[in-house]
Amino acid sequence: MGERQVEFRHVSFKYQEDMPWVLKDVSFTIGPDEWVAIIGHNGSGKSTIAKLMNGLLFPQEGEIIVDGMKVTPETVWEVRKQVGMVFQNPDNQFVGTTVRDDVAFGMENHGMPRELMVERIKESLEAVRMEAYERHEPHRLSGGQKQRIAIASVLAVSPEFIILDEATAMLDPKGRKEIMKTVSDVQQERDLSLVTITHDLQEVTLASRVIVMNGGEVWMEGTPRDVFSRKEQLTEIGLDTPFVSKMADHLKEEGLSLSREPLNHQELLEDLCTSRLNM
Amino acid sequence: MHISFEHVSYTYQPNSPFEHKALNDMTFSIESGSFVAVIGHTGSGKSTLIQHLNGLLQPTEGKIHLGDYTIEAGVKNKHLRELRENVGVVFQYPEHQLFEETVAKDIAFGPQNFGVPQEEIERRTKAAVKATKLPEDLLDRSPFDLSGGQMRRVAISGVLAMDPKVLVLDEPTAGLDPSGQKEVMDMFYDLHHEKGLTTILVTHSMEDALAYADYILIMNHGELYKEGTPLDIFRQKEDLEQVQLDVPEVIAFLSKAEKEYGINLEYKGQTIAELAKELARKVRGGSDHE
Repeated sequence: MGERQVEFRHVSFKYQEDMPWVLKDVSFTIGPDEWVAIIGHNGSGKSTIAKLMNGLLFPQEGEIIVDGMKVTPETVWEVRKQVGMVFQNPDNQFVGTTVRDDVAFGMENHGMPRELMVERIKESLEAVRMEAYERHEPHRLSGGQKQRIAIASVLAVSPEFIILDEATAMLDPKGRKEIMKTVSDVQQERDLSLVTITHDLQEVTLASRVIVMNGGEVWMEGTPRDVFSRKEQLTEIGLDTPFVSKMADHLKEEGLSLSREPLNHQELLEDLCTSRLNM
Repeated sequence: MHISFEHVSYTYQPNSPFEHKALNDMTFSIESGSFVAVIGHTGSGKSTLIQHLNGLLQPTEGKIHLGDYTIEAGVKNKHLRELRENVGVVFQYPEHQLFEETVAKDIAFGPQNFGVPQEEIERRTKAAVKATKLPEDLLDRSPFDLSGGQMRRVAISGVLAMDPKVLVLDEPTAGLDPSGQKEVMDMFYDLHHEKGLTTILVTHSMEDALAYADYILIMNHGELYKEGTPLDIFRQKEDLEQVQLDVPEVIAFLSKAEKEYGINLEYKGQTIAELAKELARKVRGGSDHE
């Protein structure tokens, strides 16, 4: 076992020999307890990164190292114990007839003993606050509840990394809030790293670091504050910035000085009031 | 096409243990040529409501008028065919309903069923792909070789090729990326004006309801909770929260500015740049009095 991190070393990937590269010489590292958001418009290679990370795909060039292990067809089961994944469509990830069976499924695949499974089912359902639904049928749950069960199933295997690949894209606003709350609670309580692939700028502001993908390459990397302050570069590749970022820019054009790139309403309003006092 | 609902109720599986009243005594009208957003949390009855607009569901109580057509509880509907020629529905994830060998055949399927002559179908197909900004050379390709966004445009083209007067859109941008969402909404907005359509948009996006609609219906537990213009509706933040709905971000921001920081600014549809100007003035003005 090596150090706890996922590392992409000069990774290039294409789906077929005669197709263009989807990823071109991509390198980055995701460390312990980090929350990394990957953004970029459709076709920028975001989801391919997720699939490479837990061995659903393998790169033609470069290598991916999870906890010191190179991801290969031989190590893939070991890798998947460490890297769990939640997909976009809540209806496509259920196999069990009850919530309990469903959460058990991943653990069964990893051959865990029964007593441990029972304990983990309880723990992981509690973590997503769905313990009351243990005997329910998954297909009768709301979209947000389904995704919380999907997260519980991943947690049960106790991975070090969880990838959420547009896991909130098909949910209504309430479901989205549920998931983001669950995810940030879980990340604080447990020792794990999160990778969220998302279009939702609100979600991005919660991450500790952002990787911006464009045309299969890493276009920019930094904290959400860094990234959103480089608006010209984001606009250049057709990405939007959050409402507060835009508002801050216009306020600066009006001659107000703000101390930082705001990430939410609170920060912008605080700054506005400080500049009022300083006038 | 003018649309009105008179005391419409709909009960799923009546007189059974699964009986469920999805619409309860809905009365409202939609002016011809308006762009109406229907909002409400999941399970509030939005989808049941729009299935009444082209007669997929028939009310169990009450009456619906769509132009000259009437759909009435307990009366067999003889003009369903004409109604469906006039009311085009784009369902959620419409690309799941593609099935033909080529894009052209898929778009032609609807009008062919309604006996539209071949020449006219070709004309409409061309117009539809132009409106949805699909390159014409895709017409001979299989719809299943296209990207998700393109597949959705093919499905939408199929609805447009019916030349409907009323366009019903059930979350047409779900699952698209932000630039795709904006493109699709702008496209519907342009079509709405060019063709003088009556458009009914079911959406979870308060931002879209504010940006595109000129009237809003809010549903809650199968009933009409509120109706009004976007500016009217979104001023009532507390009432919206009661039914688990948010307000658009710009309004949430201004409301926080007022409540917690005493910066009073009324939203009247200003752009961000205009609001920044007013905010800057307020902040400066505020300092004069301190």
